[in-house]
Amino acid sequence: MTDTQQTSSALPADRSVAGDSFLQIRNLKMHFPVTEGAIVQRVIAQVKAVDGISFDLLKGETLGLVGESGCGKTTVGRCILQLERVTEGEIVFDGQDLTQLTQKELVPVREKIQVIFQDPYSSLNPRMKIGDMLEEPMKVHGIITDAAKRKERMRELLSVCGLDPKFADRYPHEMSGGQRQRVGIARALALDPEFIICDEAVSALDVSIQAQVINLLEDLREKFDLTYLFIAHDLSVVRHISNRVAVMYLGNLVELADGDELFNNPTHPYTRALLDAVPIPDPVVEEDREHKVIKGEVPSPMNPPSGCVFHPRCPLAVDSCRTSVPEFRELTSGHRVACTEV
Amino acid sequence: MAAIDQTIDIGDLQKPWYARLFEMVRHQPLGSAGALVVLLMVLATIFANFISPYDPEAASWKHQLSPPDANFWLGTDAFGRDILTRIIFGARTALFVGFTAAFVGATSGLVLGVASAYFGGRFDIIVQRLVDIVMAFPLIVLALAVVATLGAGTVNVIIAITIPFIPQCARVVRSSALAIREIPYVDAARALGFGHFRIIMRHMVPNVMAPYLIMLTTFVGQAILLEASLSYLGMGVQEPTPAWGLMLQGGAEEFAESAPWVPIFPGLAITLAVFGFNLFGDALRDVLDPRLRSR
Repeated sequence: MTDTQQTSSALPADRSVAGDSFLQIRNLKMHFPVTEGAIVQRVIAQVKAVDGISFDLLKGETLGLVGESGCGKTTVGRCILQLERVTEGEIVFDGQDLTQLTQKELVPVREKIQVIFQDPYSSLNPRMKIGDMLEEPMKVHGIITDAAKRKERMRELLSVCGLDPKFADRYPHEMSGGQRQRVGIARALALDPEFIICDEAVSALDVSIQAQVINLLEDLREKFDLTYLFIAHDLSVVRHISNRVAVMYLGNLVELADGDELFNNPTHPYTRALLDAVPIPDPVVEEDREHKVIKGEVPSPMNPPSGCVFHPRCPLAVDSCRTSVPEFRELTSGHRVACTEV
Repeated sequence: MAAIDQTIDIGDLQKPWYARLFEMVRHQPLGSAGALVVLLMVLATIFANFISPYDPEAASWKHQLSPPDANFWLGTDAFGRDILTRIIFGARTALFVGFTAAFVGATSGLVLGVASAYFGGRFDIIVQRLVDIVMAFPLIVLALAVVATLGAGTVNVIIAITIPFIPQCARVVRSSALAIREIPYVDAARALGFGHFRIIMRHMVPNVMAPYLIMLTTFVGQAILLEASLSYLGMGVQEPTPAWGLMLQGGAEEFAESAPWVPIFPGLAITLAVFGFNLFGDALRDVLDPRLRSR
């Protein structure tokens, strides 16, 4: 299969937005091979989960990454965490390309980049006590060698995350979903990181708990000077927490802008359709609204469309969309869009 | 910040022990019977010296092949040794060989299976093909081959029984571990920069304990049978150590008609022990991991 996807590599840094560039992602590709055969394995196809995306993350910001299920947003997070070996591209953090580091060289980097997972039930080891779970990373990284001090810090982490330090002796199954998610957050903070990837961190929680956890995340950002990559599919949550928002579709970034700009002035036809699908909590207004549903289904990432990946479903598509990949161009300062027709 | 929820009700765990025991017997009558046999064997093993009426190796020419009576409840063998005593001490041999082989085999298989699932890729393929090779041999044939190479004797029997268990356990544990590997807490451990050894031993192994414990109990039963078979064939435990397979061999050939008590009681002991461990293992499986039921 020839690679027809020529995406805009080597973007200039996002000079338009204030703040230092903190993490640079350049032309990131993650293709998962589909193999056949028990001993000699042949690659029969590639799932192009992420297919050439580039963006910068700025120090202290929250970048929302949205898109529907299966668009590759979680894979982007996993690539940054180096849980996957990327197919191609660079992930530059602290002047080092993470994709080139060995597992051993990654250890100090892992202290700085942490993750909060979606499902509070499966993200905690059911056989470990909460206290041990929080102390373990400090012990392994030799951050606090004194056992009593470590215990002290573990209690502090729990209370910072809104949990009673008594929870230290409990097992995950003795806690509620919201409490577990707070433990997940405390564990991410245990190594005093600079950057946290929130992979659908509130999606699995009740709405009331969601609000609490979002407020907690915001408080922690202030307190510990954190930078977030906030991966989510719930647009209202993303709007609330993010400074900037990136929209993904089928392994590609289609639009990236400041939060308000993106929500008030969406330009890419996919972003518009996505925002259009959000219901307005007012039955009178909602009744008069015209929902434009995008036609068709999301194509398979195993065989994405040529040219612009959105062209088969796009209301604005012209002939050239079928063949040429749109540049991720800057529309106005800090507002990038991968579309030639807007 | 949010208020802290009240402690959840632990329910069942707060009932007194006899109520829970009663409930267990009601829900798992066969399993409880199996547990009883296991318990009896363990007790026989521990207290063999105190409960057995005679010395297991003391021959008495006066009482050769005497039928079961008030002095010798299960009769005596061709050397005049008390069969009841030798069955009690035989439980010690059976349990020692069975448990050691099962424990070493299942535990090696556990680590190998989890490592195979964790590392994946080429390592996984190589380990799994090796497992296929070893598993292609019937249990008894492989054990016989090992004993034939190493020679008879208790330690060699344990080794011979252990080797076929490793791939069996590795295969079953791997399938559970493959699922565990995809669970986010393993990713979290990797993101926290933990080493492979720590992730395998602290985060994955404790979560595949259910299939491991089930395999372990089943293996004890199998190992007892295998040890008896090897001893019966003269390739296992050697005289004068009391072992059920050995007693069966001595009795079955010469005295099957003239002194049937010599082979019958050790045979019954083997049957009961294996049956007990299997029932216990099945019940444990139902309780710990209902998904494995169809296996």
